[in-house]
Amino acid sequence: MSENKTLTPEQLEAFGAEMDAIRQRLVDELGEEDATYIRNVVKAQRTLEVAGRALFYVPPAWPLAVAALSVSKILDNMEIGHNVMHGQYDWMGDPGLNSKMYEWDNVCPSEQWKYSHNYIHHTYTNILGKDRDIGYGVLRMDEDQKWRPYYLGNPVYATLLMIFFEWGVMMHDLEVERIVAGERTWADTKHLHKGMIRKIRNQTLKDYLLFPALTGPFFVPTLVGNATANLVRNIWAFNIIFCGHFPTGVATFSEEEAEDESRGHWYFRQLLGSANITGGKLFHVMTGNLSHQIEHHLFPDLPARRYPQIAAEVREICERYGLDYNTGPLHRQLGSVARKIVRLALPDRLGRRLPTPPGLGRLPFVSRSQDASRVSPDRAAA
Amino acid sequence: MSLSLSISTRAPRVTRSEVPGGALARRLLRSRAVAALASPHPVDRYLELVHPMWAVDEVRARVVRVQRETEGPEPVTTLALEPTSTWQGFRAGQFVQVGVEIDGARRTRCFSISSSEADGHEALTITVRAHEEGLVSKYLATRAEPGLVLHLSQAQGGFTLPEQLPDRLLMISGGSGITPLMSMLRTLVDRGYDGRITFLHYTQGPETAIFRDELRVLARRENVDVVVVHTRHGGSRFTPQALAELAPDHLATATYACGPAGMIESVREVYGDSDLLRVEYFKTSTLQPADPDAAEGSVSFTRAGASAANTGATLLEQAEALGLTPEYGCRMGICFSCTSRKTEGAVRNVVTGATSALPDEDIQICVSQPVGDCVVDL
Repeated sequence: MSENKTLTPEQLEAFGAEMDAIRQRLVDELGEEDATYIRNVVKAQRTLEVAGRALFYVPPAWPLAVAALSVSKILDNMEIGHNVMHGQYDWMGDPGLNSKMYEWDNVCPSEQWKYSHNYIHHTYTNILGKDRDIGYGVLRMDEDQKWRPYYLGNPVYATLLMIFFEWGVMMHDLEVERIVAGERTWADTKHLHKGMIRKIRNQTLKDYLLFPALTGPFFVPTLVGNATANLVRNIWAFNIIFCGHFPTGVATFSEEEAEDESRGHWYFRQLLGSANITGGKLFHVMTGNLSHQIEHHLFPDLPARRYPQIAAEVREICERYGLDYNTGPLHRQLGSVARKIVRLALPDRLGRRLPTPPGLGRLPFVSRSQDASRVSPDRAAA
Repeated sequence: MSLSLSISTRAPRVTRSEVPGGALARRLLRSRAVAALASPHPVDRYLELVHPMWAVDEVRARVVRVQRETEGPEPVTTLALEPTSTWQGFRAGQFVQVGVEIDGARRTRCFSISSSEADGHEALTITVRAHEEGLVSKYLATRAEPGLVLHLSQAQGGFTLPEQLPDRLLMISGGSGITPLMSMLRTLVDRGYDGRITFLHYTQGPETAIFRDELRVLARRENVDVVVVHTRHGGSRFTPQALAELAPDHLATATYACGPAGMIESVREVYGDSDLLRVEYFKTSTLQPADPDAAEGSVSFTRAGASAANTGATLLEQAEALGLTPEYGCRMGICFSCTSRKTEGAVRNVVTGATSALPDEDIQICVSQPVGDCVVDL
């Protein structure tokens, strides 16, 4: 608690201005290169998809077919779908890459995802009680979520959420936990049902009936292959996304802290509420550049291919302001998330006794102060 | 010589590149079964990757010939287009929305079709003047080359000839307004129309006049009178008197007029509410961008039918102040929930400070403040 990092309102304003300057520069640079890039990704994704579907006709190539289809679904959901639906390519005026029109290869209707993700999650990032992405209404991912015996199942729920991730994402807007708690009725979710049913029908029809049927005698291998590709995408997306906000050191905020916040504070909160993953170029593409979650949260509507380009600059600015820039290799961030899932399953006094992994400093047991601009100590120590 | 020139301005007859396999393949690709396999993406998203001219729903066209009509600071160019098999043809006088990619962004504008309806479904031409401020018109008129693929809408607009042609027609055009009327004139000649046509065209001078040679050839026909007035060289602008002299029977004649809004207004005054007059005028933005720091002009929300003086607040706030309830989310320009179409006027992005005056542009109303008059489809 001794090294809480705060910024004065003046510093926050200057910090925000530096971020706005990067933003302005990127906006001015948007053009041909960005358009060519996303079109090439789309071309690669569609080619892999068609190749994957076709390879199911060749039984020995089954693993190859599953691999191609898995990569296709990952690209479609992450580097294309997630980013296009953020409006990152709306400036292109291409209906095929427009946030209002894009629909992804996922059971969650894009319309509903955009509400809970673009609006709720990106506006109220890591504000406990407002950002439903903290634990998705299922998990305990923050110390300030009060422990209940239910949370003993945290690791089990996390594993289930990973396996059925696209379904979890789809059900996110139903806010089932609030229905269970009696704060919301099933009837309140009625406006969501039609879109969900339509999307479930379309997705299951093609993956579990039409394409298997088209391969005739190979119906079952194709069906299993399609299910596997969906599973691979689920596991990959879950892991990348959990590394974005849940590694040790990522800050959460109270509603009071974010009340009437300045633009500078919004940037500040986005930075402290996100974590990056280091890796190679292909890895970044496969994560939809969400390996640069920090840059994504600072500039959610700018083409994701730009995030690696500005990462060094963002980091340098953070260092100048004494703010921690949370990044690390996948295994370390994943390990950190896994430990948090297990630790928070237990009541706080028990969880605290779990061993501290080397290099992480103290475990982040910080009761959040009302101080607006606080960084947990392990963040400062990392 | 001039005859051959007039023929070469016609749309070309070429074999279209289209989805192989003929009508059966196209029907299959349009079927619900194929749509279910391609879901959630439209089938065209896959076809376009194989060949830019393959489509079962969207319309695209390839530029097959480029012909410069006039030179000068605002040159005019005719582009001969070969559309995809999804093109349903057009009627003389109609226009088409043309989308072209410039620096990675697709810009879409309306252009009248200039070729003859008799050329069939396989071809069309548009004739484009490079307006000084016109990003798209300048690009099409000066930089388009054969092979360029454009995005097209189906032909639109009700400025067309009637099914039952009267035996006398009067056509009045000003400047670039000649293009749809040229399409009509060419169509009538191609179809062997034997009624009388008076074709009255106002243009600044011979150096900017388009279709001059072709009009000269057409004027030799017994049933076609062509009068070209050069306003910069002593000829007066459109007046009722001049019209009465040229076509004393004009009030009893089916008349088609196309040109700048001011000229069309004068023509309308002559005809009153006569249903013999059909007009089309170009949508030029008459709204002048104002000083971004002064809240000037008025804001209109067309679907709600509401308008008020511009307060300088964002469009979302101004809409809400008028009792509208547009969809919104973050109110800070990141979530795109509030994206709406601005049909006219200029807006300033309060985050980036960028001002944009493009017509029919999608904007985030939560971070856009009007600069002068502004019209939003809300």
